[in-house]
Amino acid sequence: MGGYGDVKLLRDDGLRLDGRKVDEMREVKVEAGILPAADGSAWVKHGLNVAVCAVYGPMEAHPRKIQRQDRAVIDVRYNMAPFSTSDRIRPGYNRRSREISKVTAEALESVVLVERYPRSKIRVEIEILAAEAGTRCVGITAAAVALADAGIPMRDLIVGVASGKIEDTVVLDLDKAEDNYGQADLPMGILPTTGEIAFLQMDGDLSVEEYNTCMEYNLKAAREIHELMVDALKRRYNEKNGGEA
Amino acid sequence: MSGAKEGAELRLVTPGEAIGASSGVRAGTGTLIMGDNIIATKVGWVKENNGVTSVDPIHSAYMPRSGDLVIGIVESVRNNLWFADVNGPFNGLLPMSLAPWKVEFGAARQHMDIGDIMLARVQEVDEAHNIVLTMKGVGLRRLKEGIMSEISMNHISRLRGDADSTLRELKEVSDCRIIVGENGRVWVDGDSDGIAFMRTVIDLVRNEGHMATFSASLGALIEDRRNA
Repeated sequence: MGGYGDVKLLRDDGLRLDGRKVDEMREVKVEAGILPAADGSAWVKHGLNVAVCAVYGPMEAHPRKIQRQDRAVIDVRYNMAPFSTSDRIRPGYNRRSREISKVTAEALESVVLVERYPRSKIRVEIEILAAEAGTRCVGITAAAVALADAGIPMRDLIVGVASGKIEDTVVLDLDKAEDNYGQADLPMGILPTTGEIAFLQMDGDLSVEEYNTCMEYNLKAAREIHELMVDALKRRYNEKNGGEA
Repeated sequence: MSGAKEGAELRLVTPGEAIGASSGVRAGTGTLIMGDNIIATKVGWVKENNGVTSVDPIHSAYMPRSGDLVIGIVESVRNNLWFADVNGPFNGLLPMSLAPWKVEFGAARQHMDIGDIMLARVQEVDEAHNIVLTMKGVGLRRLKEGIMSEISMNHISRLRGDADSTLRELKEVSDCRIIVGENGRVWVDGDSDGIAFMRTVIDLVRNEGHMATFSASLGALIEDRRNA
C-alpha cells in the first residue's frame, strides 16, 4: 500500500474508476441456507467477491485441549479457493488465511452467546470463491448470516465493511485497484443495531478526520448490508412457509 | 415449536432485532435484555405468554434436558459404561448401574455394541453439559428391529400434533409402533407396508414441515392410506 502514487484512481469528474461515488458501496447480494448438509449456511456476493459459509454445531470440542469449561469456542476456517484470483492460490493454510481465521473468530465470539454452550465448539467454514478485495469483510458477513441460519444465539448480526483512502480522498468499500494502489484500508466488523465495533484493522495511515469519515461511511454501509442480511434470513423462512407471515 | 402455522400476527425476527421495551416483561428463551429493549438472539417467531416474551427459533440444535425420552446410537463401549450419540452437542453416558441388565464388569459389549440403537431417558444434565442416560424405566430398551430416521427439532411437534393426536392417528393407519424421541429421532416398527408408509410421512415432515400446507398434505396421505 502506498508507493504507487502515480496510479490514477479518481476520475476528473470526481467519480471512481468503476463509476461509483466516493461513498457508494459495491452491489451486495445475500442468500441464506444454501447448503443442505450444513446446520446453517450463507452465500454473499459483494461486488465481484463471492463467499460461501457453512456452520456446524454446537458440537463437542475436539481436541480436548481447546475446550473451555465456561463457554464455546468458535473454530473459524477462512479459505480462498485456488481459482478465486487470477494468480492461482496454493491450496491449504497460509499465514494470511490463519490471521483472518483468527480475527474473524474473535469478532464472532463477541456477538455469539458463547457462554450458553460450555465445552462445545461451533465450526464456521468460510470459503472465498471469487476475490476482489475486502474478502475478510465478506467472510464475516457470510458467517453472521450462516450462524443465524444455524439457530445459534447472537446479540446482533455482525456486518463486515471497509473504507479506505485513495488519492488523499476517503472512499467507501475499496475494489481491487483501490486496495492495491490506494493509501489506506480500514476493515471493520460492526454491530449495526448498537453501532458497536467488534473488529477493526487498519492498513496504511489515516488522520483523525479521515478516520472519522471512514467510520461514518462504514456505519452507513453496515446498516445497508444489515437490511439485506435480515431480508435474506426472512425470505428463506417465508419461502419455506409458503409465503405466509 | 413450529410457530409457522397460524395467522399473520406472528412476527419473524432476526438476531439483534428489538422486539419491544423491556419494562414489564420478562425475557424468555431466544431473547436478551439490552438496555431498554428486549432483543431477539435467534431467527424465529415472537411469542408472548403471561408476560414472558420469547422467540420460537426456526432452527435449533437439540439441547438435552433431564427427563427427555431420546433415541441414542452407541458410539463407544467401555468395561462398565456406554457412550451414546443423542443428536446433541455431547455424547450421553449410560453407566452399567442404569442399564436394564445385570452386567458383569467387562461384559458391556455383549448387551449393547457400537452402532446399536437404544431408547433411553436423560437422567441428568449438569452445567458442563455432561449427559447421563438411564434405561431403567418402563419401555426403555435396546431397539433391535425397525427403522430409525431423523427429523429437524422444530418438526417434532408437527409429527406429534396437539396432545399427540397426529401421532396416534399415524400409529392407527400405519399399524406400526412409532416412537418420537425428544432429540428428533423417530423409530418405526411394523410390517414392511406400514414402514414404507411412515417413510413417506417422515419425508413429508422433513421437506414440508415448515409449510402452512403441511397439515393438508399429511391429511391427504392419511386419507389415501385409509381408502387403500
